[in-house]
Amino acid sequence: MAEVHHMRHGSNAGQPITRRDGVLKVTGAARYAADNHPQGMLYAVIAAARIARGRVAALDVAAAQAHPGVVEVMTAANRPPLAVHPDDKSVPFSFRMDLLQDDRVRYAGQPVAVVIAETLEAATEGAALLAPRYRAEPVEVTLDAPGAFVTEVVGVGVPGEQHYGDLAAGLAAAARRIEATYETPTQFHNAMEPHGVVASWDGDALSLDMPTQGFALTQMRLAALFGIRAEDIHIRSPFIGGGFGSKLLSGPQVLGVLAARLIGRPVKLVLTRAQMYGPVTHRAPTRQTLRLGAAPDGALTAVHHHVRTVTSRFDDFLEPAAGVSHTLYAAPAIATTYEALRLDIGTPGFMRAPGEASGSLALEGAIDELAAACGMDPLEFRLRNYAEVEPISGKPFSSKALRECYAQGAARFGWSGRPLTSRSLRDADGKLVGWGLGTATFPALMFQAEARAVIRRDGTGVVETGAHDMGQGAWTAFAQIAAESLGLDVGQVEFRSGSSDLPNAGIAGGSAHTATVGSAIQAAGEQAVARLAELAVADPRSPLFGADNIGVVARDGRLVRWDDGSRSESFAEILDRAGLEMVEGRGSAAADADAAERYAMHAHGAVFAEVKVDPELGQIRVTRLVGAFAAGRIINPRLVKSQYYGGMIWGVSFALHERATLDRRTGRVMNADLAEYHMPVNADIPSVEAILVDEEDPHVNALGVKGVGEIGITGSAGAVANAVWHATGVRVRRFPIAMEELLG
Amino acid sequence: MNRFDYVRPRTVAEAVAAGAEPGSAFLAAGTNLLDLMKIGVARPARLVDLNHLPGLAAIEHAPDGGVRIGAQVRNADLAYDPDFARRFPAVAEALLSGASAQLRNAATVGGNLLQRTRCAYFQDTASSCNKREPGSGCDARDGENRLHAVLGWSEACIATHPSDFCVPLAAFGAVVEIEGPAGRREVPLQDFHLLPGKTPERETVLAPGELIVALRLPAEAAAFAAHSRYAKLRERTSYAFAVVSAAAGLRMQGGRIAAARLALGGVAAKPWRTEAAEAALLGAEPGADAFRRAAELALAEARPSGENEFKIELARRIAVRALTLAAAGTPDRLPALPASPFAPIPGGLHG
Repeated sequence: MAEVHHMRHGSNAGQPITRRDGVLKVTGAARYAADNHPQGMLYAVIAAARIARGRVAALDVAAAQAHPGVVEVMTAANRPPLAVHPDDKSVPFSFRMDLLQDDRVRYAGQPVAVVIAETLEAATEGAALLAPRYRAEPVEVTLDAPGAFVTEVVGVGVPGEQHYGDLAAGLAAAARRIEATYETPTQFHNAMEPHGVVASWDGDALSLDMPTQGFALTQMRLAALFGIRAEDIHIRSPFIGGGFGSKLLSGPQVLGVLAARLIGRPVKLVLTRAQMYGPVTHRAPTRQTLRLGAAPDGALTAVHHHVRTVTSRFDDFLEPAAGVSHTLYAAPAIATTYEALRLDIGTPGFMRAPGEASGSLALEGAIDELAAACGMDPLEFRLRNYAEVEPISGKPFSSKALRECYAQGAARFGWSGRPLTSRSLRDADGKLVGWGLGTATFPALMFQAEARAVIRRDGTGVVETGAHDMGQGAWTAFAQIAAESLGLDVGQVEFRSGSSDLPNAGIAGGSAHTATVGSAIQAAGEQAVARLAELAVADPRSPLFGADNIGVVARDGRLVRWDDGSRSESFAEILDRAGLEMVEGRGSAAADADAAERYAMHAHGAVFAEVKVDPELGQIRVTRLVGAFAAGRIINPRLVKSQYYGGMIWGVSFALHERATLDRRTGRVMNADLAEYHMPVNADIPSVEAILVDEEDPHVNALGVKGVGEIGITGSAGAVANAVWHATGVRVRRFPIAMEELLG
Repeated sequence: MNRFDYVRPRTVAEAVAAGAEPGSAFLAAGTNLLDLMKIGVARPARLVDLNHLPGLAAIEHAPDGGVRIGAQVRNADLAYDPDFARRFPAVAEALLSGASAQLRNAATVGGNLLQRTRCAYFQDTASSCNKREPGSGCDARDGENRLHAVLGWSEACIATHPSDFCVPLAAFGAVVEIEGPAGRREVPLQDFHLLPGKTPERETVLAPGELIVALRLPAEAAAFAAHSRYAKLRERTSYAFAVVSAAAGLRMQGGRIAAARLALGGVAAKPWRTEAAEAALLGAEPGADAFRRAAELALAEARPSGENEFKIELARRIAVRALTLAAAGTPDRLPALPASPFAPIPGGLHG
């Protein structure tokens, strides 16, 4: 692990220490998967389909083979056999893969061959020389395609359709009603680090350097595919350049493993940026219709959130966009319904706040519209409909400091002066000014994790768990929790992670990694301390002898009596006298089923946005963003703020920038690069602030931690869109908002 | 990327000779060419590297106020040359509104003129494109064409020229100095780029082997320095090509317009200078009415080439904006957000 170079504000949980691996990253010393070059390694490059539906009629394998440096071309004809079909989904969270099983093309960008060569350049040119010829079939890639079907299940087996109360009666009783249709575009994963793998086989043992958000699931899937034992697969993933839900195990990475199998040498396969627009999941487009009703006082009488979205022809993932309506606003009648299309696209999947991001954009827009229709301030309207219990289930919240989020965010932003009427604020330059609000929400989830903690004879600690740092700062936060649990300074704890041979830490997803793994670390540390305490209190030579009824606490590398701080002994002294090299603790964490049954568990927040709009040109600038979030206990405020900033900026991107342009005739993504697939640059984000609102939650997990990774994107896009309306009086319901919509 | 020969000429004459051979491409910074080679759009048999030619990287200010810019001058070096920015502020502003800082540090003046279009169908080798493969058709015509041309396009091609730099160059009468197998010649920038017609693969007047060696801006261009702006609409504040843009220059005399320059970007296969609009401004009082009339004239022949009708009105409005900003006076320092409608005017106006 990284050396600790900077320690500014103390070291343990709750302190805003800088990333322990920050120096490694900014100096380029951090070794990412693609930085590995085992002896004898070859380069593999994917040839990707340029049609979205049909068959590969011919590949010029001879031309590729003849290119200097090319060693082998892997196609459906010679790809090594697999133990199960690539469509096998017996491992949880699996998606069907394209592993050269036949000549069928199911989406543009699907791998159709892999060229293996001595150099990256030769492999790249070899892939071009394959010049596939296709038998193309007509494609459907838009939300307007025919063949929609009703579905009750969305996401990964989540019940999407839900009904609570009498919707028709609620709408009929409303004094104000709105019906509005919002449309969100296809978005693609653009983590800085593309998906890749460096794979080496030794008999049936497989060694991998690859970014992954879940070691165990990746091992299980690879074991199933190759008919080998999961424990014979060793994966190193010490650093990940962004995951956002796309980096469990992707088909292209398996192709790299297959290439190494075929050729009998280590192989590196890394996707190009353009190749990330196809086989590694994406966020599906949605068309969401909100029907809302309100009583004269602004109280919601009904919420109907209907979602039309898409999946691939061959697998299922439907953006669960209506889920936010289950939890956000109190209403006597709530209905969420879905219809879906199968299109000639790669299978959509998890992409930061899947469902909540696009769903909250539509819901927050519709709520804003209804507030305006009721003549109410958007914040007042939201408070009027504040959910004291989770609306769809009637369960109490395990904790919910959303009211404080609204209050602190509004105060910081200066919301109270906001005029109700749109197009009524201007700045000194004559630009239109608008203020908008969006409520942020994300479930507080728990998966399963294990950890091991050791106190060594020299008094230092070691904590191990096979966790994942995708850039969010997990190595630092986990080390802080480890240090806290062991009663050591973080500088005295060696934190080992990022490798599959360590205790199973589950997946880094669902904003649950800190909560889950942190709880396991805490338990492991506590057990190690308890073992040490057993040694001390049972030993007549220890100043802690006989303290069992009063107990001891670990602090600063010592065990100290609760009732008498003067009686203490260092870890080293205890181990030394006991003649032990170390004591070890093991911990695990999982959802508390009982608590989950009794409570609704969510993080919340409120995002306030100011935009300026050029009245003649329609150009928009987000001049201020203030988000206030309550997510339980905060392990490291600096890192958490970074997560919120990143999410809020993605919200700006969602509202104003990001859109994949699919050619409707061919299904190809026409802007598959970072020059043309726009996301904000620094100059687009002049001011972003995140407020950490206190929240104690005794129910979510042992640490009281909720997730912070995804919530920032929710609410933010809606806040920006609502601010654009407030500035201009134009309610744009199709995203990203284009300047021509505002020309008037 | 295909395998190619690489030659490094030591003189302009050697470069011209090498460049005249079939399959040759000149390599300056390569910020565009190498990208196109990586995606298979450009597959030159031979790269003729210009980076070691002597004498092409100077900015020479003439006593009369004109300037001669070597083709190898980097975009950032030109924009930050204090004398250049003072005399030709709209050109500097356009340069700084283009690409990213990293690209501007590398990209050259000569290369900028020869940028290829960003049309996605040109860049996608699986699509039909008359520019990339003459006679194959134009998939942009019925495709994703929201940002395509509204002026000067043809059924064969609706692509736009992406350069910001060229827009004020066209407005202010820049001249391109060319060395070729047949000797030296000069072409006004306004005539340098070709409209697509039936031969969209021919983008400029350059013949094989012809090499841009310098650009000149005449002394009269500097006469607009006090009222000279570039305005650009884009989908993010930097690192995005223009949806539409405009360069405007005014020479004021007794409160009236004594001379006007106006060119549009992002609307056609070339920077679009409109002399009719310029003429209409002569003698007028600067103001919304006169500027709107000029803008109407500038876009008089515009027609949508697809789902881009909005660009016509947007181009009128960016023309009005550029003229309005120019009339207000050039800021004495380049704005921190160059060419943005949100650029605050720093400090005072150009003396």
